[in-house]
Amino acid sequence: MKDLANNKDFLAGLLLLVIGAGGFYMALDYPFGSALRMGPGYFPRVLAGILMAFGVFVLVRGILKFEAVKGRWGWKPLAFIIVSLVAFGWIMDKWGLVPALVVMFIVSALGGHEFKWKEVLILTVVMSAFAVGVFVYGLGLPYPLWPGSY
Amino acid sequence: MFDNLILGFSVALSLQNLMYCFLGVFVGTAIGVLPGIGPLVTIAMLLPITFNLAPIPALIMLAGIYYGAQYGGSTTAILVNLPGETASVITCLDGYQMARQGRAGPALAIAAVGSFVAGCVGTLLIALAGPPLAEAALKFGAPEYFSLMLMALIAAAVLAHGDMVKSLAMVFLGLLFGIIGTDVNSGMARFSFGLPELTDGIGFTIVAVGLFAVSEIVKNLESGGEEKHEVFTKNITHIYPTRADIKASFWPVVRGTGVGAFFGALPGTGPSIAAFSTYMVEKKMAKDPSRFGKGAIEGVAGPEAANNAAAQTAFIPTLTLGIPGSATMALMLGALTIQGIAPGPQVMTQKPDLFWGLIASMWIGNAMLVILNLPLVGLWVKLLQIPYRWLFPSIIMFCAVGNYSINNSPMDLYLVAIAGILGYVLVKLECEPAPLILGYVLGPLMEENLRRALLISRGDPTVFFTRPISLSFMIASMLILIFMVLPAIRKKKEQALEEGGG
Repeated sequence: MKDLANNKDFLAGLLLLVIGAGGFYMALDYPFGSALRMGPGYFPRVLAGILMAFGVFVLVRGILKFEAVKGRWGWKPLAFIIVSLVAFGWIMDKWGLVPALVVMFIVSALGGHEFKWKEVLILTVVMSAFAVGVFVYGLGLPYPLWPGSY
Repeated sequence: MFDNLILGFSVALSLQNLMYCFLGVFVGTAIGVLPGIGPLVTIAMLLPITFNLAPIPALIMLAGIYYGAQYGGSTTAILVNLPGETASVITCLDGYQMARQGRAGPALAIAAVGSFVAGCVGTLLIALAGPPLAEAALKFGAPEYFSLMLMALIAAAVLAHGDMVKSLAMVFLGLLFGIIGTDVNSGMARFSFGLPELTDGIGFTIVAVGLFAVSEIVKNLESGGEEKHEVFTKNITHIYPTRADIKASFWPVVRGTGVGAFFGALPGTGPSIAAFSTYMVEKKMAKDPSRFGKGAIEGVAGPEAANNAAAQTAFIPTLTLGIPGSATMALMLGALTIQGIAPGPQVMTQKPDLFWGLIASMWIGNAMLVILNLPLVGLWVKLLQIPYRWLFPSIIMFCAVGNYSINNSPMDLYLVAIAGILGYVLVKLECEPAPLILGYVLGPLMEENLRRALLISRGDPTVFFTRPISLSFMIASMLILIFMVLPAIRKKKEQALEEGGG
């Protein structure tokens, strides 16, 4: 059994089981109906049930036959990239395209192997100019570029 | 058929569409050359942007990106031993050896010509097979469609690489995610978590970008530093293959085209399996199999023809039946849906300019690639020297701006973030995201057809087995499952025997 937290199939099975159970629980609120006249709850409950069954199968298989997750977990790059996406959406909505792009480039670049300020700033300037040119002037997307230009 | 092709060419040869076709193959080749960014990621990242174009140029450009990336992948396979995408892994074997022997030029030329020949045949096959298939599919009722989709999903999950059980589970996960949104029949919002943004469902591009682009980038970043590659360009002395090269490549190209066209049209199999099978065939048929892996030109010509033929014929089920056979095709189908076109056999009759224009543009695009690829080899090689730390923030930028542009809503980016986390976790746990996206695309259609089928049959589930066409799809699904389970049993048996005997 060894380490369950590093057991590939145990974790995969658990994930499927949790999503399946969550889906099933939520679908209980939707009328089930019958095979003849299916309610909105019919298909989701059947699918969630099948998914849970897959989850149990994979989970048990993982316990019986240990296989470790390959490589390291890249939580750090994942976190930076996720934050850069969320920040882009939030800032874009509030202050416009240019500040959103600048934050997005700097934050996502922090997730890489090496981070050189000079390089990242040049990349940010060049690619932001490219993005503004292509999206705002080329494709004509109606975005404010700077805060206050709403 | 000729009227249709003439219509197609008149659409594809318009200045605007030629431009988008060129843009597509150019961008596709450029990105296909870059290691770590395959056709799937490229299309996922550029898909939201094409939303801002008209349907025909959008599809022409996406198709160009797709087969352009296929071409670009083989260029790096030959020159640097780095497959830009999975289908060109096989090309590395002999292509790189040829480059080391100073025959990079002929290898590139044969790859380009082989791909072009295969691409032409593939395009012709779509034009030939499309109309009768679409006509047959127009007669399908709800039970037939349900069974067909079931078969496509099972085949895609089972034949794709990776663990079969987990791939099937991914199909169901995709189907479940497909439910998110408002139920068409009852108007009830399902799995919307009380968020009004979710009542329309999660945008297709959001799922695609999260599952493929974000997870791929993080996976590339999780390991150590960057690699250095040795490029064999100084050895390019001559481009043109010798007469002997052409003679040796002729039949491999023909066979590769055949094998590729077959695998491309099947769900679940695609360019990679086609290239691999062709390599095996060529090795078996060769008088001296030991030459393979040491720079045999047949080992480049065959697989290159195969992967390009497969890339073309993959459009057959997608365009005529509305059923994608691979994740890349699911993205193409998603592009149609985003443009407000319901995929299915009616596309050909209702939008003949789109259907035939796309086909004609594929032929034009393939011709552009032959012209483009060889003189620009130097440029492609330069692209290889761009470090990944500059590339990935730029990919994120396309994903971010593209997804924002669809609804102008920050919520969509939060959803991309969530899909990205899920995608990365799934990839780490070796659950293939490709079957998931297929399930996601087909989910709502499957539910709709299941309901309709059971309504027609008054709740009797045997309807799927009493109608002959539906029955044959069901039998095929069963056979695929049994067929793929068997080797596993056999392997287990062998293991048991070994343990018992040893």
